Amino acid sequence: MSPKFSDQTKKRIKEIIYRYPQKEASLLPILHIAQQEFGFIPVEAERSVAEMLGIKPVQVREAVTFYTMLHSQPVGKYHIQVCSNLSCSLLGAEKLIDYLKEKLKIELGQTTPDGKFTLSTVECLGACEEAPCMQINFDYYGDLNKKKIDSILNGLK
Amino acid sequence: MEEKVLTKNFELKNYYKIDVYLKEKGYEAVRKAFEKMKPEQILEEVKKANLRGRGGAGFPAGVKWGFVPQEVPKPKYLCVNADEGEPGTFKDRYIMSHNPHLLIEGIIITSFCVGIHKAFIYIRGEYEAVAQRLEQAIFEAYEKGFLGKNILNTGFDLDVFVHRGAGSYICGEETALLESLEGKRGHPRLKPPFPASIGLFQCPTVINNVETLSNIPVIILKGAKWFCKKGLPKDGGTRVFGVSGMVKKPGIYELPVGTSLRDIIFKHAGGMKAGKKLKAVIPGGMSAPILRADEIDIKMDFDTLVNANSMLGSAAIIVIDEDTPIIDVLKAVAKFYSHESCGQCTPCRIGTSWINKIVKRLVERKGEKADIDSIQRLANNILGKTLCPLGDAAAMPISSITEKFRGELESYIAG
Repeated sequence: MSPKFSDQTKKRIKEIIYRYPQKEASLLPILHIAQQEFGFIPVEAERSVAEMLGIKPVQVREAVTFYTMLHSQPVGKYHIQVCSNLSCSLLGAEKLIDYLKEKLKIELGQTTPDGKFTLSTVECLGACEEAPCMQINFDYYGDLNKKKIDSILNGLK
Repeated sequence: MEEKVLTKNFELKNYYKIDVYLKEKGYEAVRKAFEKMKPEQILEEVKKANLRGRGGAGFPAGVKWGFVPQEVPKPKYLCVNADEGEPGTFKDRYIMSHNPHLLIEGIIITSFCVGIHKAFIYIRGEYEAVAQRLEQAIFEAYEKGFLGKNILNTGFDLDVFVHRGAGSYICGEETALLESLEGKRGHPRLKPPFPASIGLFQCPTVINNVETLSNIPVIILKGAKWFCKKGLPKDGGTRVFGVSGMVKKPGIYELPVGTSLRDIIFKHAGGMKAGKKLKAVIPGGMSAPILRADEIDIKMDFDTLVNANSMLGSAAIIVIDEDTPIIDVLKAVAKFYSHESCGQCTPCRIGTSWINKIVKRLVERKGEKADIDSIQRLANNILGKTLCPLGDAAAMPISSITEKFRGELESYIAG
């Protein structure tokens, strides 16, 4: 796969750049689009984003490495992020993390060999009323227990 | 039943859609502000209302707006802080997803008052679904003529954009938010200059939290006097308390500023889960110093909490029960801040990771005799020595936990 933006995406990017009085302010929105398009942010995409915005590639790299949602390496089709912060850990998040490790046979930060699941922890997702909670890609799941995790994962094809 | 302001009509179906919102007298505050008030009258009213910043710092919103210079050749900007990263906090998510037009009304009135024509809502990246809802609400507001050029034929223009963050707690700090919005790493800036004079793109900028701005419409409609009466004279209005942890009914509870912490936990949130005893409470998001069970007969307002050596912060209440070892709380706090320190200031970068290492040792019951003193010394060496409040936010809860639960923590020291 050569990471090139489609013409449609390029048009969308142009519209976004137009919102800001300084081009480089559109960096995060564009990186979100890049990640959506390629699944992660390959080095080539970093370069073409830098070119579009008239900034140095290292400035793009700085952002990619600073923000935890941006990935410079591929992740699984489903990225499971379990909150390990206080409200969730009070209600048993750690046991669920262990359960997921066992179920998927991977450690935190790893991806299953079929590329389907990546497992990681995440800091507070802002859904503490439904603790313990997790996010799979952009979807939130709360009030978790082992049974509920089984049925959520079974539903992911 | 307490009268609700921000969470009113939450149960109404499709309240987030503009047609339903308009049917419930939505956008009346915008109309009143444009038709019956001058910008300086709005500013005066918001100042008199003593609306204090709901993001955590509690700075009076009207005073903040007043710092923006009147006559400048540069454009002015409004940044809405929707980064909501303080552990335990989820109120803004509710406001934005259930009542997005209330926030938009607040944005319009604030912009009209300060003379702003461009606003950015900086929302945390994880809130993808909420961001989409906001974008839809903004689109509807444009269609009805509440946003865009010549709003309600007044000649006033305003554009609003949603800008998604990408996973970083520090970007909730206002100057880090500005850096992030400009496309850089979220490294806080040295203050002064304050954003009111030099902010986004080096221009005068107002930064307010979602809940703060969502209070503006009611102040316009009902007046400052009503607002102060609703809360306290020096801390007006309601707070959207978010209760989580070991309670029967976790969730959001909108109650007057000054409601007692005991009532929030035992009356509103249904009391302790599984009949357990209360051990401790974090009253204002993870950054707030911890309170013991015997310290909860306290009014939840900014000044009272400061006098109790804690902090109202984002009004996020995390309830801890007797079965929870305090080391678990300390572990979560230490891990979080060492992960989220942006790395710019040495005391915070090094201090938080040292504390985290020592706490890990205690968790494994391999603690050394001096460990608790070391944690306290490290926390003291962070406090007040960093550019932004993250250092303090780490030091304060850690100091209070080690102070108030020292005996329990000592049991983790190896033989």
